[in-house]
Amino acid sequence: MDHAAPKETDHIAFELNGEPVSLSAGPFTSLSDAIRDNGDPGTKIGCDAGDCGACTVLLDGEPVCACLVPLAQVRGRRVATIESVHHDPLVQRLVHAFSRHGAAQCGICTPGMVLAARALLERVPGPTRAEAEVAIGGVLCRCTGYIKIVDAICDAPHDLWLGQAIGGVGARVRHVDARQKTRGTAEFGADFAPEGSLWLRVIRSPHASAIFELGDLDAFKLRLGLDAVLTARDVPGRNSFGIFPNTKDQPVFAERHVRYRGEAVAALVGRRDMIETIDVAEFPVVWTETSGLHGIDAALTPHARAIHATHPDNVLTRGNLKFGDVVAGRASAAATAQGAFETSFVEHAYIEPEAGYAVRDGDTITIAASTQAPYMDREETAGVLGIPEDNVIIAPTACGGGFGGKLDVSVQPFLAIAAWTLNKPVRMIYSRIESMASTTKRHPARITAKASADARGHLTAYEMTGDFNTGAYASWGPTVANRVPIHAHGPYKVPNVWNRTRAIYTNDTPAGAFRGFGVPQSAIANETLMDDLAGQLGLDRWQIRRINALKTGDATASGQVLHASAGLAQCLDALKPAWDKALEDAAIHNATNVRYKRGTGIACMWYGCGNTALPNPSAMRITLQRDAAVGAVFHVHSGAVDIGQGVSTVLLQIVREALAVDGAFIWLTPDIGNTAKTLDAGKTSASRQTFVSGNAARLAALDLRAKLLRLANAGDGAAMRLEGDVLVIGPEQRRIALAELPADLESFGTYDPPTIPLDADGQGVPYATYGFAAQIAEVMVDTALGTTKVLHIHAAHDVGRAINPTLVEGQIHGGIAQGLGLALMEEFIPGRTENLHDYLIPTVGDIPPITIHIIEDPDPEGPFGAKGVGEPALVATAPAILGAIRHATGVTMRKVPVLPHRLWEALQEGKT
Amino acid sequence: MSAYHRPRTLREAVTLLRGPEALTVLAGGTDIYPARTSRTAWGARDTRGIVDISGIAALRGIEDRGDHWWIGATATWSDIIKADLPPVFSGLKAAAREVGGVQIQNRGTIGGNICNASPAADGLPPLLTLDADVECVGGVEFRVPLAKFLTAYRQTALAEGELVTGIRIPKQTGQGHFVKLGARKYLVISIAMVAGVFDIGSDGEVRSARIAVGACSATAQRLPELEMTLAGRHLDPALMAAHHLAHLAPIDDVRASAAYRQAAALQLVRDLIVQAAATSRRAA
Repeated sequence: MDHAAPKETDHIAFELNGEPVSLSAGPFTSLSDAIRDNGDPGTKIGCDAGDCGACTVLLDGEPVCACLVPLAQVRGRRVATIESVHHDPLVQRLVHAFSRHGAAQCGICTPGMVLAARALLERVPGPTRAEAEVAIGGVLCRCTGYIKIVDAICDAPHDLWLGQAIGGVGARVRHVDARQKTRGTAEFGADFAPEGSLWLRVIRSPHASAIFELGDLDAFKLRLGLDAVLTARDVPGRNSFGIFPNTKDQPVFAERHVRYRGEAVAALVGRRDMIETIDVAEFPVVWTETSGLHGIDAALTPHARAIHATHPDNVLTRGNLKFGDVVAGRASAAATAQGAFETSFVEHAYIEPEAGYAVRDGDTITIAASTQAPYMDREETAGVLGIPEDNVIIAPTACGGGFGGKLDVSVQPFLAIAAWTLNKPVRMIYSRIESMASTTKRHPARITAKASADARGHLTAYEMTGDFNTGAYASWGPTVANRVPIHAHGPYKVPNVWNRTRAIYTNDTPAGAFRGFGVPQSAIANETLMDDLAGQLGLDRWQIRRINALKTGDATASGQVLHASAGLAQCLDALKPAWDKALEDAAIHNATNVRYKRGTGIACMWYGCGNTALPNPSAMRITLQRDAAVGAVFHVHSGAVDIGQGVSTVLLQIVREALAVDGAFIWLTPDIGNTAKTLDAGKTSASRQTFVSGNAARLAALDLRAKLLRLANAGDGAAMRLEGDVLVIGPEQRRIALAELPADLESFGTYDPPTIPLDADGQGVPYATYGFAAQIAEVMVDTALGTTKVLHIHAAHDVGRAINPTLVEGQIHGGIAQGLGLALMEEFIPGRTENLHDYLIPTVGDIPPITIHIIEDPDPEGPFGAKGVGEPALVATAPAILGAIRHATGVTMRKVPVLPHRLWEALQEGKT
Repeated sequence: MSAYHRPRTLREAVTLLRGPEALTVLAGGTDIYPARTSRTAWGARDTRGIVDISGIAALRGIEDRGDHWWIGATATWSDIIKADLPPVFSGLKAAAREVGGVQIQNRGTIGGNICNASPAADGLPPLLTLDADVECVGGVEFRVPLAKFLTAYRQTALAEGELVTGIRIPKQTGQGHFVKLGARKYLVISIAMVAGVFDIGSDGEVRSARIAVGACSATAQRLPELEMTLAGRHLDPALMAAHHLAHLAPIDDVRASAAYRQAAALQLVRDLIVQAAATSRRAA
């Protein structure tokens, strides 16, 4: 019998990736922790509860979640992790196939996916898609929509690795970081920290609204031997953070009262074993729970308590767009449709929980953490520490998914305060539950809207009011309130528009940025009303959209003339054959089926790339460095954080195209987004990086190209090629030996999208360019059980120019998967769905086939015509699914998610 | 860190469990670790020690023991899927394939599913329809019908110091079926699920039918009235009526409403009957 007394650790011997190891860890230590602590961080921990499969390893060849396996049970057995790639040909084939297919975006689920697939390939050398789906059914991915993962698994037996040069614009180049992402060597926030780092753990409020008093913290600290117990009194600078200078309303540590469940009140810093075993019940705090204001209605009740004294009515901010005269527009209409709509909190559910570390060196502090916005993190951290921004270095780690959720600081202020005050390196890793309970969500929306059209289907008016639950703190609430009115009437020409929004404070989890900034919510209302109008006027649902589609030359309701690249009509035309076929298929099916009903829905979207009428510049730097090994190398120093979408790859392709130097090596320098080593490229959000940073990179490349041409007094169009460190220029083949230049060459590019500030009625030029798209959803509804299966999505997206079609497809697949989740299953309820088994995101088995039409209506403002696609990918999916459900059943669902019981209840009402 | 014991024999395990330490039994870990994660996220500490029964050979395996089948407490879902078992086990196998994903099926055990006694445990309705008995050991060895073993919400007849050693399923003829309803394809806790074992004569008449519904009551429930109604008749979903489910007591939770569960159970049982009828026609 193996016994372990308390405090005793075992040596547990087993075979790890073909080598014998003996780990000194407790028998109850999970295999995932044990492997990672032993120095192999390729096994990722996404939930620590068997819900996500990220930590999948092979135990005697069979896939298991390493987080559920006690180390004691591994004694004498064989374990294979992603590090087995060094000797396992099957894993190598998978890794190559994942790279080639763009199947790894952020890369956090990739090791688990590869190992789950490896077990399948062992058994079934040439698997079908269905077999591949069963094999990875237990691993969640939030980026890819799974399709390219299944492609890769099915192709792995045939795939041979072929090296690649970085192609130019339009090439299906592999992600530049594919090697690290697929082999588990990309370093995420939880993967590393300086030797001897202390650990930090946050004490959080279990109540949504409470007053609290802290007891004797010093005695607590001494008794447990902690290095520090940090509270509001320990914040050296400003005990608050927030996105905008006037909305820094969220304390790092609450003072006297808390406003949401999960709010931080203190942080414990000490040795890991102490930090992990503390019973928080012993922490000296006395809570007095008070009644919270949950939901928009409660917060807007007359005389409701003010959640922030600065906002007595609990209205954080208002947005407004007014164009024409909606009353007159309605009066001239042949049909008017209206409705009230409701959406839920949606969790980003990136598979990498927030993590990182901080190190102080004299007057400077470095914070390495998973983020989408290094320069904003720098500003927040400096403010919290009360030191100049130049003394803070943000060194982003690999980011295991963001989707807007890593635009706010999370671990950064805690780490900064601890490392600064203790002058020791400090690290922390959020648990999944902590991440879900404490970080931002998509705003729940309550929208009422009214749409009018004349007899021929031309829209005459659109009016909406939308309230967005921004939770306890402002976060990106103002951005949502301002972006929605501009987009809420959809990508249509509407002569009379009045859209009003409010962001409402409540005692719920803070809502912030999430792929689309409120536009996905407003599109649900808008597109449902378009269907209503079509129904009233006897028009086809595709037709009414085609009639009203914004085109180049049209003015928007902001008064902005679209000078180019308004490709919605082309998107709709590309989908027309699929639309006709889907309607026919549904009719044929439904003629003979009573219980299972097919339906087809269509929705359009538009989305302005970049900040709303605010500057959001990006700066890029390129150097041409002489390199002993290869001659000369162009180095792109990028501050644009790649959160898996592939901006790094896109930038290199743009640079190659703009430089137009044959044979050039173009490398991405490490330390992407490091605020000490790269220029500010702005945040990775608002679908802006390809468009804005792409332009900055293009300009930097053109600048460098001009410098090279000047070396030979050559004209603009002269051809150039590199031969080792010799540059050969122009028809005369002038040869410039780069080694003889006095210094490396350096160039810069800066781009800020041209916009014009909005007036009080939302008139101006809010964005330099817009993405457009249309999507069709085909569904099958079980009318007896209220379940909806999405059978197919057809997506046509005007991306201006697809710099890398594989990456564009990856964004569209992933966006559709999130849109499907929004429509059918995702509902964050504070305190109730704080984990990945109660909060459901789509698995591989929930994603239908997706047919993509990439429409390229180039925007002269974009780099080689390109626009953003990250957020546009998601917006149209949920309304298309809702339209399909209505087509199938006759029932209009105005609340998402359409959980089976909700649709069933609506069907019951429809019957009576 | 709390104590961790990994006995090699049943006797050692029972001695530990009957000893002074408060111990939690661990086999596949698929419930223990998530529970720990959930508790520690809000700062509670894990104090109970562990007795890991995965090393006890006597608890493993799936065996034909003459008049009954025996499934060891630490048999995993994957073991059940792979086992060569007669068609009466098809419902149990189908349930096994719907538990979590492959990773969970490779770790989760049938004994754990029973002892955790979740209302939504996928294994329980099929086992109820197989007339399974739970074999236990404590001061003495004893056997309890599964329906009696499940006493209340997440409660079992097991006392401190006792352990489930296996499941005993009487030899029987018939065909097993299982239907699960969840809000997504994989890794999903059931909104409701139904299982059935149908023994159909060559004349198409039901010799016996046993049907159970899960996630619609504090514990999974057999449908005795319906089973009697079906006996001696041809399988027909129209024989099923709402009153056959009158003893269920579903609740509202984040997954579904109570009213929906009650209605879904009715539909799922009808679907199960249709499935069983189709299978028996194919066999005939």
